[in-house]
Amino acid sequence: MPFLLFAVLFLLLPTLNIVLGAFRTQTGTFTLQNIYNLTNPRIIAAFWVSIQLSFASALIGCVLGFVIAAGVTLGGLPSWLRAPMLTFSGVASNFAGVPLSFAFIATLGRVGILTIILRDWFGINLYGMGFNLISFWGLVLVYLYFQIPLMILIITPALDGLKREWREAASIMGASGFQYWRMVALPVLWPSILGTMALLFANSFGAIATAVALTGSQLAIVPIVLFNQIRGDVLQDPQLGYAIAFGMIVVTGITNLIYIVLRVRSERWSK
Amino acid sequence: MKTTRFWSYAAFIAGLIYFVVPLIGMFEFSLRKRRGEYSFDAYTSVLNDPQFQQTFLYSVALSICTILLGVLLIVPTAYWVRLKLPRMRPVIEFITLLPLVIPPIVIVFGYIRLYNTSSWLPFTGTAMGTNVLLTFGYAVLALPYMYRAVDTGLRAIDIATLTEAAQSLGAGWVTIIWRVILPNVLVAVLSGAFLTFAIVIGEYVMSALLDRPAFGPYLVWIGANKAYEPSALAVMTFAITWACMGLIQLITRFSKHTRAMA
Repeated sequence: MPFLLFAVLFLLLPTLNIVLGAFRTQTGTFTLQNIYNLTNPRIIAAFWVSIQLSFASALIGCVLGFVIAAGVTLGGLPSWLRAPMLTFSGVASNFAGVPLSFAFIATLGRVGILTIILRDWFGINLYGMGFNLISFWGLVLVYLYFQIPLMILIITPALDGLKREWREAASIMGASGFQYWRMVALPVLWPSILGTMALLFANSFGAIATAVALTGSQLAIVPIVLFNQIRGDVLQDPQLGYAIAFGMIVVTGITNLIYIVLRVRSERWSK
Repeated sequence: MKTTRFWSYAAFIAGLIYFVVPLIGMFEFSLRKRRGEYSFDAYTSVLNDPQFQQTFLYSVALSICTILLGVLLIVPTAYWVRLKLPRMRPVIEFITLLPLVIPPIVIVFGYIRLYNTSSWLPFTGTAMGTNVLLTFGYAVLALPYMYRAVDTGLRAIDIATLTEAAQSLGAGWVTIIWRVILPNVLVAVLSGAFLTFAIVIGEYVMSALLDRPAFGPYLVWIGANKAYEPSALAVMTFAITWACMGLIQLITRFSKHTRAMA
């Protein structure tokens, strides 16, 4: 089948090549030295920043996306808001990368409109207060622009799947709204929420274009470190690139493994 | 219930502000090129830039190739798996989800190592070869979305009956896929195609590392060297993304309409 050939040649083999390369010396013999070299403090720091960044943006994106989606599907907002919100979410979740960072620079950069309005009209000097778009939380703020819509897109169908009867049954038995959410709705939604969270994590862990356009490859997150390494071997060790790439696969792989394990456990509950 | 509604409104309005303000910001900024008044100078400057025209056309051409390649690969596969190999479905689905797990930068790193000039398949040896490689890379990036779209489209039709009907009329496999299956899943294919277009047009890391003159690297270059043009470009890209999503909605709605009429 041509499809399998395509998958092998352009997805599986390249990945395998990276994984094997991580365990090879330049002459091709087996080694663990490359993996050991990952303990270089600069690389450890890059991984740690990336993991925190992805986790923060995935968690906040999940919570806020959930609240907005729940508000529109169940919270009594007018139903005509629903379709435009979903369409906009489709647009915004794809409006990532370079243009997105331009939009934020134009809004919250040093001469961005919001920065200037806050300064001239309200006397709030954002940058004087220590705010910087080119920082950890600045990047989280930007990433949320595609994370929240992605959460909304995925969780809305799941929220629609909550049967009205469950809520009625719960309230007949005397459950409060909070109890209904904690003991009925959230356990049912848990697999979808976790799955989306894993997806959002991988989504921002691999994201590079936004960060490059925003920070000019200054902020040392893993994809940028790897990017610079591929471009010009800045770490003076060609094999180290393999190890970093392997590390990235391990991180996203573990995330998805956690998701699968949790999902199996939660499905045992929902049976 | 009143408090629920209040909080729903609060969340929605906060979300609205967060999502709309950057759009206003980029639009306002894009108009500021001329001192003291609003103008579309940044837009004319961008549109007249020959590099903009070249890179944009390059990415458009590449996205069309990607879409064609994706359709050619995915429609027959999804059809075949549904018809004959339902047991393979988990495997195929796992493969189609891999690009969401493996970061694009890792995939393209693998390409550079595997298909360099001294390898058995020297894609990166020539410009044309690199273009082909990049197209395959984009097809990998689009795979999860395209496969999902086509598979959902196939679920809605009775492919077993359609296939038997076509076969009893003497159609071969190519005819069946081209003239029976494809027209029936055309809406799904088109929505996958517009999504692919939106992904390819702004893609950065693959084209940058394969050193091709695509629109994404041009955007980064402009962002580092110009003040107002980036915002104009962002507005234009946003409009393109919006158009793609709008077209998906439109064709989906249109097809529901015709199906209801039939």
